[in-house]
Amino acid sequence: MKEIYLDNNATTKVDEAVFEEMRPYFCELYGNPSSMHFFGGQVQAKVTEARVKVSDLLGASPDEIIFTACGTESDNAAIRSALEVFPDRKHIITSRVEHPAVLTQCRNLRQKGYRVTEIGVDGAGRLDLEELRTAVDNDTAIVSLMWANNETGVIFPVEETAAIAKSKGALFHSDAVQAIGKVPINMAASNIDMLSLSGHKLHAPKGIGVLYLKRGTPFRPFMVGGHQEKSRRAGTENAAAIIALGKACQLAGQHMDAENTTVKAMRDRLQDALMAAIPHARINGGGAERLPNTTSIAFEFVEGEAILLLLSEFGICASSGSACTSGSLEPSHVLRAMGVPFTCAHGSIRFSLSRYTTDTEIDTVIREMPPIIARLREMSPFGREHLKGRA
Amino acid sequence: MWDYTPTVKDHFLNPRNVGDIPDADAVGEVGSLACGDALKLYLKLDGNKDKIIDAKFQTFGCASAIASSSALTEMVKGKTLDEALAVSNQDIADFLGGLPEEKMHCSVMGQEALEVAIFKYRGMEIPQHDSEHDHGYAYPDYEGEIVCKCFGITDAFLKKVIETNGLTTVEQVTNFTKAGGACGGCIPKIKELISQVLGETAAQARVRPEKLSNMKKMQLIQEVLERDIRPLLWADGGDLELIDIDGSKVKIAFRKACAGCASSGNTARMVEAKLRDLVAEDIVVEEVSQ
Repeated sequence: MKEIYLDNNATTKVDEAVFEEMRPYFCELYGNPSSMHFFGGQVQAKVTEARVKVSDLLGASPDEIIFTACGTESDNAAIRSALEVFPDRKHIITSRVEHPAVLTQCRNLRQKGYRVTEIGVDGAGRLDLEELRTAVDNDTAIVSLMWANNETGVIFPVEETAAIAKSKGALFHSDAVQAIGKVPINMAASNIDMLSLSGHKLHAPKGIGVLYLKRGTPFRPFMVGGHQEKSRRAGTENAAAIIALGKACQLAGQHMDAENTTVKAMRDRLQDALMAAIPHARINGGGAERLPNTTSIAFEFVEGEAILLLLSEFGICASSGSACTSGSLEPSHVLRAMGVPFTCAHGSIRFSLSRYTTDTEIDTVIREMPPIIARLREMSPFGREHLKGRA
Repeated sequence: MWDYTPTVKDHFLNPRNVGDIPDADAVGEVGSLACGDALKLYLKLDGNKDKIIDAKFQTFGCASAIASSSALTEMVKGKTLDEALAVSNQDIADFLGGLPEEKMHCSVMGQEALEVAIFKYRGMEIPQHDSEHDHGYAYPDYEGEIVCKCFGITDAFLKKVIETNGLTTVEQVTNFTKAGGACGGCIPKIKELISQVLGETAAQARVRPEKLSNMKKMQLIQEVLERDIRPLLWADGGDLELIDIDGSKVKIAFRKACAGCASSGNTARMVEAKLRDLVAEDIVVEEVSQ
C-alpha cells in the first residue's frame, strides 16, 4: 500500500537531492573534518559550505550556527546555558503549550529550585502577552517560547515576546523547529538570542540539529571535551548529516513560496472539505495565525487512535492530539491549555502536509475521512445520543 | 504504533455485536467522554432470566477498547449470569491473544461493564461518583474512598485489581485502571495501596513480638527490610541499604532510584512505619548519605 504521508510535523521524507549530497560522505569521503591532511580538509570545506547555506536560510552569519544532534539538544543547551550565564537569576519563563523538549526540562529545573512560569494561551492557542509582561522580572534568566506549535501550527509573535524578555535583561530562546522552512526568518533583524532547528522536519535526515546563537550572546556549552563548533559543542561533527542539512536548507529557501501558496491551498482545501462534510467538528487554533501546512481538527464523540488506525487502513498517515496510552490518557497538554472541551479533545487529528503532498492524496482523505468518523460515531454511545438529539 | 494481535485488529476492524438492544434485561455503563473511553453493554436473557442469549455494545475509545468490547459480547453469549460474572479482565485479554500492557485498562473496562450490568439487574446498589470531570458515568463503587479523582476510582476497586492481577508497580496499576494516568496526584496513594496488598500477602498473621533482646531485634529489623521493604522499592527501581542499628535507631541509605528522589522522605517514613509495625514501636529511621 502506498502511503499518503500527512504527518510531516512528526518527521519528513529526506529529499532525494539531499540524500545524494550526503551519500559520498560515508564510504568515500569519510575523513574527520578536524584532521590536518587533505582528506579531512575536503570534508571541512563541505561542512563550511553547509554552514553558510544554513545561515542563509535563517538570515544569520555562519559563525552563529552551532550544529547539534537534534532540536531537543538545541533546546536543552539553550536553557542550560542561560542559567549558567546568569547564576543569580532563578526564574525561567516558557509556555503551557511548549514541546516536551522545553517543558520537561523546565519542570525538572523547578524541582531543583528554579521558579518556572508557564504562560497560558487563549482558546485559539494565542499566547497571553499580558501575562508574559507581568511575569518577566529582573530575576528572569531566560524566556523560551516556540515559534510555531507542533500540534496546532499556531504561530507566536516571537519578536514581540523577545523584546519583552530583553526589557528585563533576560535571554530569549525560541524553539523554531516547526517554523523553519515554512515561514520566512531573518535573524539579522531579530531580537532573538537563540533558536533551535531540527533537520528531519525539513527534509534532512534525523540526527542533526542547529542551535543558532546570536553573535555576542554569552554561552556555556552543554557538551564539552572538544574544540568542535568553536568549543561550543564538543564531539566529532556528523559531517554527512551537516552536509545534508545544508542542502535541505537551500531547498527549503527555494520552496518557501510554495509552502505558503501550493501547500497552504491544499491544507485549506482539506480542512474546508472536512468541516463541510463532518458535523460537530472544530479546527484547533483556527482563529489564530498558523503554519501553512498544519491543521488540527477535533471531531466530537470519537477517539483519536481509532480514527488513526482506520485512516491507516487507507494508507493515510496522520497524528492524534491525544495519545491513548496509560501514562497520558489526558488529551494533549496543548489542547488542554487551549481549553478544548473534553467532548472533542480525545478525537483531535493533526494533518501536516509537505511540498510532496499531492492534490490526489488530499482527495483521498476528503473521500475516506467522513465515513470513518460516521462509523465510529455510530459505535459510540455519546455519538448516538448527541447526534440523535441534534439531527 | 501499537503491537496489536491479529485478533485485536480483527475485532477492531470488524467489531461483533455493535448496537443496542431496545428491550435489554441488563445494561451496564462505565467510563466517560472525559476519561477517553466508555462502554455501554446490553444483555438479553432467556425465558428463565438466567442465560445470556444476546449481547450488544456501544464503545467510545481506542482500537483496543472497541476490540475488548466486541470480544466481551462474544464471550458472554450463551453463559449464565454466574458464569459471566466469572469472566475476568485477563480472560478478555486472553481471548484477544493478549493486549499491550498499556492497554489492559480496556479489558478492565469490559469486565466492569459486565459486572455493573449484572449487579444492576440483580438490584444491587451501584452508586455513581462525581469526579473532577463533569460526566455521568464512572467506574462502579467498591464501597471505598475515591483515590483517583480524575477517573473516579476507589481504593477498594484498585485493591481488587492489584490483587487479582498481581500488580507491583504504579505504572502497572495505571495501565490496568488508568488511575494516576492524568494529573498524577494520587500516585503516592496508589503506592500505599500496592504496599498494603503486597504487605497483606507477605506479612499475613505476623505480629510484633512482645519483647526482644537486642540481638533478636537487630535480626528482625534485617529480616523485615529484606522481606517486606526492599522488594517494594525494587518495584519502583529503587533500593536501600542498612548502614547501622544503634538501639532503636535504624540508619539507612537510599540507593538507585530512591537516592536523591524527591519523595525519599515519604519512603523513609514508610520504612519506619513498617518496622514499628513488625519489630518495635520505638524504632526511629534515619536517612544517612553514604
